[in-house]
Amino acid sequence: MTSIDYEISDKDKLKLVITGKLDAEATGNLWPQVFRKIDEINPQMLSVDAVGIEYCDGAGIALLLELKHKQEQNNRQFLTIGLKSEFEQLMTLFDPGKLSKSDKERASFVRFAENVGKATFKLLQDLKSQVSFTGELFVKLLSTLVHPGSLRWRDTFLIAEKSGADAIGITALLGFLIGLILAFQSAVAMRTFGAEIYVADLVVLSLFRELGPLLTAFVLAARSGSAFAAEIGTMKVNEEIDALTTMGLDRVKFLVIPRVLAATFVTPLLTMFNNLFGLIGCGLVMISIGFSPVTFMNQIQQAASLTDLFSGLVKTFVFGALIAGIGCLRGLRTGTGASAVGDSATRAVVASIIAIVIADGIFAVVYFIVGI
Amino acid sequence: MDSNTKPIIRVEDVTIAYGDFVVMRDINFEVQQGEVFIILGGSGCGKSTLLKNMISLVKPVKGKVLIDGMDIVTAEGPELLTILSKIGVMYQNGALFGSLNLMENICLVLEEFTNLPRDAMEAIARMKLTVVGLEDSAHKMPSELSGGMKKRAAIARAMALDPKILFLDEPSAGLDPITSAQLDELILKLSRTLKITFVVVTHELPSIFTVADRVIMLDKQTKTIIATGKPEELQKTSDNPWVRQFFNRQTELEVSK
Repeated sequence: MTSIDYEISDKDKLKLVITGKLDAEATGNLWPQVFRKIDEINPQMLSVDAVGIEYCDGAGIALLLELKHKQEQNNRQFLTIGLKSEFEQLMTLFDPGKLSKSDKERASFVRFAENVGKATFKLLQDLKSQVSFTGELFVKLLSTLVHPGSLRWRDTFLIAEKSGADAIGITALLGFLIGLILAFQSAVAMRTFGAEIYVADLVVLSLFRELGPLLTAFVLAARSGSAFAAEIGTMKVNEEIDALTTMGLDRVKFLVIPRVLAATFVTPLLTMFNNLFGLIGCGLVMISIGFSPVTFMNQIQQAASLTDLFSGLVKTFVFGALIAGIGCLRGLRTGTGASAVGDSATRAVVASIIAIVIADGIFAVVYFIVGI
Repeated sequence: MDSNTKPIIRVEDVTIAYGDFVVMRDINFEVQQGEVFIILGGSGCGKSTLLKNMISLVKPVKGKVLIDGMDIVTAEGPELLTILSKIGVMYQNGALFGSLNLMENICLVLEEFTNLPRDAMEAIARMKLTVVGLEDSAHKMPSELSGGMKKRAAIARAMALDPKILFLDEPSAGLDPITSAQLDELILKLSRTLKITFVVVTHELPSIFTVADRVIMLDKQTKTIIATGKPEELQKTSDNPWVRQFFNRQTELEVSK
C-alpha cells in the first residue's frame, strides 16, 4: 500500500513523504494529486522524503524526474531525501528536460501551420508524380503498340486471366442481382401506371449505358486495382523494384504496361457479362409478373440499340486503364513500414472510384454534346 | 589481389542529402579492380545510402561516381544501361522476384539483354546456380528458400550478365554465423576465380576480417570517411579512438578506461 503525506514547513517549503511501492499503479494515483498540490502551494523548495519507498519502477522515476524538472524550470529547488542508491542511479540515467514534453512541443497553431504546409507539399509532389507517371505511361504504351514484341505477353495474359476470367463469377452475380433488384423495384412503381412492360426498357438502358460499366469498374477497382497496388507495393518494400532498376529493366514496361493493357481489354468483356446477367435477372422478374420471354426479348430489342451498348463499352476501356494505372502508381509510390502496402491498396481503390466517376461524368457530357 | 590493379570505381566529392539533411559530404575514394572493398560504419551512418548512390538509386546533390570510367550519376538511356550491365547488386533481403522461380529470376535479365535461345539461357542460369551451390534449387520459388539460400540465389542472379562489379548490401544480416561464413567463402571464391570486384556494405567484424582487402569507415557525426585501409592495420594502428573501438568491439566506457 502506497501513501503520501504533505508537510508544509514554511510557507514555500513542501515535503512529500512517500512510503510503500512507487510502481506504475501507485504513480498513476499520485501523479495528478501531487502536481495539483504543487500548483496550489508553488513551493520554493520541494523535497521528497523517499526513505519509505521500498520499490520504484520506471513510472516512479518518471514522477520524480518530472517533479525535479518542474522545479528547475521555475528556478526552484528540488531534493530527494533517503532515496535508495539503486533508484538514485536510475534517476541519473535521464535528463529531466529531455523527458518533458512541455518545453519541446511547439504551440498548436505552429504545428497546425506546419502540418498544412507539409500536407500541401505532399499533395503537390503527388500531383507532380501523377502527371509525370501518366506521361511516361502514355509514351511507353505508344512505344509498346508500335513494337508489340517488346510487351511481356505471358505476364499480360496471366494478369488478364486473374483480373478478367477469375472475376467473371462475381461480376455475373452482381449483374444478375442488380438486374433483378432494379426490375423488381421499378415493376412495383410501374404497375401503378400499368406500364410494367417498360421495366425492360429501364433496366436494359440503365445497364448498357451506366450501371454495367460502372459496376464492373467498381468490382475491378476493388479486386484488381487494390491487388496491383499491393503486389507492386510489396515488391517495392522488398527492394524488388530497386533490383529491377539496377538490372536495367524498365519498371513501367515490366510491371505497369502489362497490367494496364490487360485491365483495359478485360473490362469491356466483363461488362458484357455483367450486362448479360443483369438482363437475365430482369427477365426473371418480367416472367414472374406474367410476360413471356419473347415479349421481354422484343421489348429490350426495341428499347436499346447497339449505340447504347457500345457507348457503355467504350467507357470501360478508359475505366480499365484508369484502374490499372492508378493501382500501379499507388504501388510504385508505396512508402516504407508495415502499413505502407495496406495504405497503397486503400488509396488505389478510393482514387480509382473517384477517377471512374469523374470519367463517367465527362463521358456523359461528351455523349450529350455529340448526341449519343 | 594483384598489385598492378587499377581503379574500377572512383567516387569523387560526393555529397548526399535529403532536403536540408546532409547524409554525407565530400566523399572520395577509389575501388581497385578485383578487390573486395568494404564500406562500414555504425548503424544509421549512411552505408546503404552510399551504396545506393553508387548504383544510381539515390542521386547525390554533388559529385561523380565513375564506374569503369563512366559517370553513373549523369548517365541516361543506353549509357546507363551499359554501366548497369557491368554491375550486379545483391539487396539485403535478396529481392528475388517472388512470382518467379530461381531459374526464371536469372533468365529474366538474360531475356532482356541478350538474344540467346531459351535453352542457352537455362544452361547459363544453371551454371550461375551451381557457382553459388544451388544447382538443385533451380525450380524452387524464393518463398521456399532459407535466408542464406535467398542471398546466394540473389548473388547468382546478380551474376547473370557476368558483371565486373558486385555490390552486396549487408550480406550477413539476419544469418547465423555458419551460413554467414559460407557466404564469406563464396565471396572469396568468386573474387579469386572470376576476378569480380566486390563492394560490400556490412558491419559484421568476422566477415570484414575474412573477406576485406580494404575498407572505408563512415562516421555519422562528421558525415565523412574517417578511416581507409586494411582492417588489420586499422584495428592496430588507427589514431581514431572510434575506429579502434569499432574493430575491437568495445563500448565507449571500455575505451575510456
